[in-house]
Amino acid sequence: MIYRRFFGLPSWETRSPYAELERLRRQMDRLFTEWPSSYQRQAAGVFPLINLTENQDNFFIRAELPGMSSKELDIQATSNSVSIGGERKIPAESTEAKYHRREREAGKFSRIVGLPSEIDPDKVEADLVNGVLTVVVPKAQIGKPRQISVR
Amino acid sequence: MTDSKEIKVKEKQEVSAPAEQTTPGAVFTPEVDIFETEKAITLLADIPGVKPDQLNIDLRDNILTITGDVDPIAAKAGEEDVTIEYETGRFYRQFTLSEVIDQNKIDAKLADGVLRLNLPKVAKATPRKIAIKAG
Repeated sequence: MIYRRFFGLPSWETRSPYAELERLRRQMDRLFTEWPSSYQRQAAGVFPLINLTENQDNFFIRAELPGMSSKELDIQATSNSVSIGGERKIPAESTEAKYHRREREAGKFSRIVGLPSEIDPDKVEADLVNGVLTVVVPKAQIGKPRQISVR
Repeated sequence: MTDSKEIKVKEKQEVSAPAEQTTPGAVFTPEVDIFETEKAITLLADIPGVKPDQLNIDLRDNILTITGDVDPIAAKAGEEDVTIEYETGRFYRQFTLSEVIDQNKIDAKLADGVLRLNLPKVAKATPRKIAIKAG
């Protein structure tokens, strides 16, 4: 019985054993390419959701804030954090409007974003384009990686 | 009325694409407000990151389709992800309109990532007040 099961596997007869390994490898590859979207998302549970990226000189904080003007935003920086606060207002429509859907939310929010290294709070710049906020946060000299030449 | 309310964090709603896509990427449902007055239906949709030329509004056979593409973030050279809480991709949503819309008078505005779409009703679809005479 056992003997027949082991040797009766169709894949061993028709394909080389490497085909099975190849299939397994492809499945693993797919698993790893799909992985980041689920594990990188570690939302802090505070509005707005932010994406933090960095290059050698700056951190970039991005958040989606549709329908907000730059005046409604309050951005403050310390030596290692940036706070983003404000109030999103949705102006009232005419009194005779009857709603089918009302999903967009208005309200206040504030969030503090801790940065992994020291920053230069005086040079923080923010930009709000098409409802996407981009805060450019220059790293402090002390926090920047230095090129060390080997003699 | 919403003075003291705080906005709760909400993850973007991802949808599976209606048809198989030729370009890879995620598809999201934008949040909308839809309201109706006697003369028109107005739709407001949050589509942050969509530029006017990347927005496509289509109305045929009473089906309104909104499609907006967003340029991928951090596309600039040398940027590395530290924390990623939201993803960007295409915005897509379809609605079936029950009223007859005057196609020539549709008016769309996109400001600060919010689309405001005004769909005027055809004159005959606007309700008329029927006067009742006392007999």
